[in-house]
Amino acid sequence: MARVSIPTDQNDAAVEQSDSTPPHQMIEIEDEENKSSTKKIKDLEICVPIAYGTISFWLGKKATETQSHMWTVYVRGATNEDLSAVIKKVVFQLHPSFSNAMRVVESPPFELTERGWGEFEIAISIFFHNDVCEKQLDLFHPLKLYSEVEHGPLSTKKPVIVESYDEIVFPNPSDKFLARVHNHPSVIVPRLPLTLNLPHAPMEDTRRGDTKDHPHGQWFNRFSEADELLKLAEARQQVQNHIVKLKRRLSMLEG
Amino acid sequence: MDAKDILGLPKISLPIPQEKKSRPQKDSQRKPDGISREVYALTGGVAPLMPSIDVNQLKKRQQPENEKITWEWLSFTNSARKDDLKLYHWVRVVNGTPPSGDYSFAKYNKSVDVIKYTDEEYEKHLTDDSWTKEETDQLFDLCERFDLRFVVVADRFPSSRSVEELKNRYYSVSRAILIARAPSPADVSGHPLVKEPYNISQEIDRKRALSMVLSQTKQQERKDAEILSEAKKIMESRMAAKAAQDAELAVTSNTSPEGMEKTTAPVETASPSNVQATSGVAPLMSMADNAASAAASLRMLRVYLRTYALDQMVQAASSSAGLRTIKRVEQFLQELKVNLKPKVPTKAVCAEHLELRKEILTLLNLQKLLQNKEEGSSYREGSYTETPDTPKDRSFIPDSVSFGAISTERVGKRDQKRKGPGREAPSSPAQSNKRPRKLKATDS
Repeated sequence: MARVSIPTDQNDAAVEQSDSTPPHQMIEIEDEENKSSTKKIKDLEICVPIAYGTISFWLGKKATETQSHMWTVYVRGATNEDLSAVIKKVVFQLHPSFSNAMRVVESPPFELTERGWGEFEIAISIFFHNDVCEKQLDLFHPLKLYSEVEHGPLSTKKPVIVESYDEIVFPNPSDKFLARVHNHPSVIVPRLPLTLNLPHAPMEDTRRGDTKDHPHGQWFNRFSEADELLKLAEARQQVQNHIVKLKRRLSMLEG
Repeated sequence: MDAKDILGLPKISLPIPQEKKSRPQKDSQRKPDGISREVYALTGGVAPLMPSIDVNQLKKRQQPENEKITWEWLSFTNSARKDDLKLYHWVRVVNGTPPSGDYSFAKYNKSVDVIKYTDEEYEKHLTDDSWTKEETDQLFDLCERFDLRFVVVADRFPSSRSVEELKNRYYSVSRAILIARAPSPADVSGHPLVKEPYNISQEIDRKRALSMVLSQTKQQERKDAEILSEAKKIMESRMAAKAAQDAELAVTSNTSPEGMEKTTAPVETASPSNVQATSGVAPLMSMADNAASAAASLRMLRVYLRTYALDQMVQAASSSAGLRTIKRVEQFLQELKVNLKPKVPTKAVCAEHLELRKEILTLLNLQKLLQNKEEGSSYREGSYTETPDTPKDRSFIPDSVSFGAISTERVGKRDQKRKGPGREAPSSPAQSNKRPRKLKATDS
């Protein structure tokens, strides 16, 4: 963060409540510096954006008492890329009323389809390859069969889909992992320093594990951070304006 | 009862319908004399009209019809006694024959087998510098009398010896005798005395430690708990650092040590990555370093979710704020139309979100400060008497109007909640009526 040098004899440590009247500029920059200093320390981290959730179709005429919906719980890359480079297997823990409630999916696409009638919470455990991480990652997702709209019409064509976006972060990735995936589309790797000489990992075999052509693909959300960023930037601007005004008033009181 | 009539079922013999009639009767009925009314009421007043427990449900006592039971006052002998005292008690006699067998409590007369040694054995195996034969004999006699209750023995012992010393002497003598009398050492090697001899110094230490723990004051307990948890953290961080070191790239030396907070954890390895790892979990963190410690602890994990990371950082940032403040921050966010939890939590979004929260906290603190200042200064602050209650426009109130509505407002103590028409969100989060404050987020 560029530091604007203020030609007044200020105490560097004075941030918010200084006796003299600090120009607004200085405070903002200092604040940003403090905030950004924590960012600087972030190491090389590998980030895998995923989307996970459930999609459920009402079976209409074919529905029975015990099987009124056909639903799928899945973990996919947020941009529908192949996650098998990172994920070894995913274990879905279903309601105990299902036979073999613990379902293991060892190859992409990491999803499970079942028929049922009830809503419950599904525990999703993601296991990574050995060179990625030995620990598993646990997520929870409530299965939704019926839409939020009460007494809405049940349609066999339109599913009830609930997805969450999240990112799996590996703060200290191993060399092997980094070398293997730094070119892979499912993974976000920050710009590496040029001195790092990573071997170009060969693309894995041809079996496609991505979900770009998924049968339910049309229902998948496209998660875009742009809107949120915009909103946040606006909000921050407003808050900063308020702060500035308050500080001015405060200084007027004291001055 | 009407239902039963309708159904045509026979009425049960229990006097249910009578309950209603007898209740007004109860009032007119006088309590029996001699008992206070309250006491009588404890029993339910009048005698219960119907049995609370159905007698048929109770288990019937097995009354053996064929046997004749009588009770007789008979004498008995107690094998636990050494004399021939004959006492009398009631005995249940069945069919004329009294019960046989020993007195039922005789079997509880147990005693300890205290070893008896002869004088020769003493000379051969048991002599000791600090113990005379006399003392040893006395010790053993007392032990037998008091069934190895060493506390009592120590009390009665003629010369003053500690419990541990007595125990030591007793056990070592017994052990020596056992070994001496055994035909071969292998026979007694299984005996607990031989396997685990009494260790007097250990016992003394153990008892001293116990008494120290017992007499610890509350403060000491807390301090101990703190130190233990810090030690645990250091251990964990060291292990994690070792694991991280194994998996780390060589180029991580770009981490800047100046960003790290003060640390007291000794760092053995010299690599900068380890410095970053271990110092991140330094035991003595000040409150202001919460953010850095949260970030460091995240880095300790092998894998985590972005949402989890955001939660941790948010918690760390608002650790110094009370619950009310946190609620106000969330309310503010809602007014700004920002999701409390970002829908698309990417790295950038989370960072922005965190920064926004921190800024809101700053803003709220400033507000509070301003208010305090304004209240502290005199009421007659002339420049701020414009009525802030009537917003002329929907935009942010200009500076000239007091922010925290002092003077005139305070007198009136008006609630500042205002819902302007056409606005989607409520305009002010008036938390308390005492200090009307308002803050409007403008529509962008």
